Amino acid sequence: MNDLWSAIFDFSDYGELIVLLRNSIFAGAVLGIAGGLIGVFVMQRDMAFAVHGISELSFAGASAGLLLGLGVVQGAVVGSLIAAALIGILGTRARDRNSIIAVLMPFGLGIGILCLALFPGRSANKFGLLTGQIVAVDDPRLGALLVICAVVVVGLAVVWRPLVFASLDADVAVARGVPARALSLVFMLLLGLTIAVSVQIVGALLVLSILVTPAAAALRLTASPVWVPVLSVVFATVSLVGGILLALGASVPISPYVTTISFLIYVIARVIAWQRSRVRRERIIATEVLA
Amino acid sequence: MTVLRLSGASLAYGSRRLWSGLDLEVATGEFVAVLGANGSGKTSLLKVILGQQQLTAGSAELLGERIHGGDRRIGYIPQQKLAEPGTPLRGRDLVGLGVDGHRLGPGWPSRARRERVDALLDSVGASGFGDRPLGQLSGGEQQRLRVGQSLAGDPRLLLCDEPLISLDLRHQREVSELIDRQRRERELGVLFVTHDVNPILGMVDRVLYLANGAFRIGTPDEVLRSEVLSELYDSPIDVIRTGGRVVVVGVPDSSHHHDDEDHAEHAGHPHTSGFTAGQGGLA
Repeated sequence: MNDLWSAIFDFSDYGELIVLLRNSIFAGAVLGIAGGLIGVFVMQRDMAFAVHGISELSFAGASAGLLLGLGVVQGAVVGSLIAAALIGILGTRARDRNSIIAVLMPFGLGIGILCLALFPGRSANKFGLLTGQIVAVDDPRLGALLVICAVVVVGLAVVWRPLVFASLDADVAVARGVPARALSLVFMLLLGLTIAVSVQIVGALLVLSILVTPAAAALRLTASPVWVPVLSVVFATVSLVGGILLALGASVPISPYVTTISFLIYVIARVIAWQRSRVRRERIIATEVLA
Repeated sequence: MTVLRLSGASLAYGSRRLWSGLDLEVATGEFVAVLGANGSGKTSLLKVILGQQQLTAGSAELLGERIHGGDRRIGYIPQQKLAEPGTPLRGRDLVGLGVDGHRLGPGWPSRARRERVDALLDSVGASGFGDRPLGQLSGGEQQRLRVGQSLAGDPRLLLCDEPLISLDLRHQREVSELIDRQRRERELGVLFVTHDVNPILGMVDRVLYLANGAFRIGTPDEVLRSEVLSELYDSPIDVIRTGGRVVVVGVPDSSHHHDDEDHAEHAGHPHTSGFTAGQGGLA
């Protein structure tokens, strides 16, 4: 039991580890911002399943990049962008989109597993791409992650208003001349980039915990277009950085920590929302009784 | 002054002709109802005016210029879809999208913007619920916000696509009176697509009735008559006026089907073949 506990939580030599893993913590914080922001649109556009699908192709790309020596980041980005573009172009209607994703996803996983099986390196690194890894963020990789996240955040800031309009009120947006189709493609590309980064930190299987759960939790708490992205970013960053800090000394991958924190935040948000609606109902009943 | 002018306008999808030779002028402050069976091309007419659909023949002009997409001088109230609970917008945000949702950038909150939205909310009587999440508002409240949104660009022409559908009678009256008041105050031309003319019968100046690829334009008294509609449908139609309402009976069933461009919701409505100007009167 004690062994199990120390495998999950081990804070000996914590100070030294923090210094060593500075890069990872930094990467986690930056990904929290990009992921939390794009998650708002993933929810608005109802694309949670697409996130999962793209992340499997991103995994395939990263594995191929590892096997062929082209680089994991490059591979993940290429895989992500191909998947995002395919889903964006072929899947304009929700039903088409889901079937295209369902077709792409196992194919991507299969390719990824093939590449990993052929890769001669250590197996712990291999699983990192599926379930997340913490030690692997070296300086050049951190640089790449920062640049990609910056592109995503700036890109989102530029298209923010028309993208909200096109996502939530498509008919009127199109009547107003908002180029919904072009915005949709831009969004898919930014989503692909974010996923390519996420895959390298939380792993392909658990990307949803960064790109969907925080935004979903935020939406439980507020409908304000200012507070939803703010809370979503806070939740994603807390999950990622908190997860990395907890995972530091442990011998298990980072992702269970991240996913658990993110899940708990969601549960708490639901409880708060439920409490609020109960209070509101009671108030309505009370005023009706008085009236 | 003429806001909208269609001259010799025709629209066909392949071999299916929706309407042809349509001449329509809408003046400032004029309220025109567009009636007709499902599939008669009512919604397509709005799409032409919004620049989303090309005419097969003829021309369409807004304030003397050829129509182009995304013209801010057109306000648009889309067919009502109730916002789902959990939609991340408050009432005022829906109106705000009409103000500057088409512009690039994150749209930081500003005082000028807030005042603009407040003024619009006030003008449609939505100040009381502007801060509530859209998904918690009733159909009537959401439709008030839609009117406010459509006015955000200071339009000259208002296009309304079945704005009263799924509202109860009281809210139908409130929303149509709201649109009527705004067109008088702002001297808007209004093109109002509806399957039931009765809620707006006392407000409309003219009626455009589309059927069988043909059309009639005139005041309600001129168009909503048995002999006019019988000729238009090429089949006997009875127009009954009773208690201030108009009921049209006997519209051929065929005009309900073959439909890809109008609204699927209608198909689910429990109405009879006397669908049109008096559906409410039959119920």
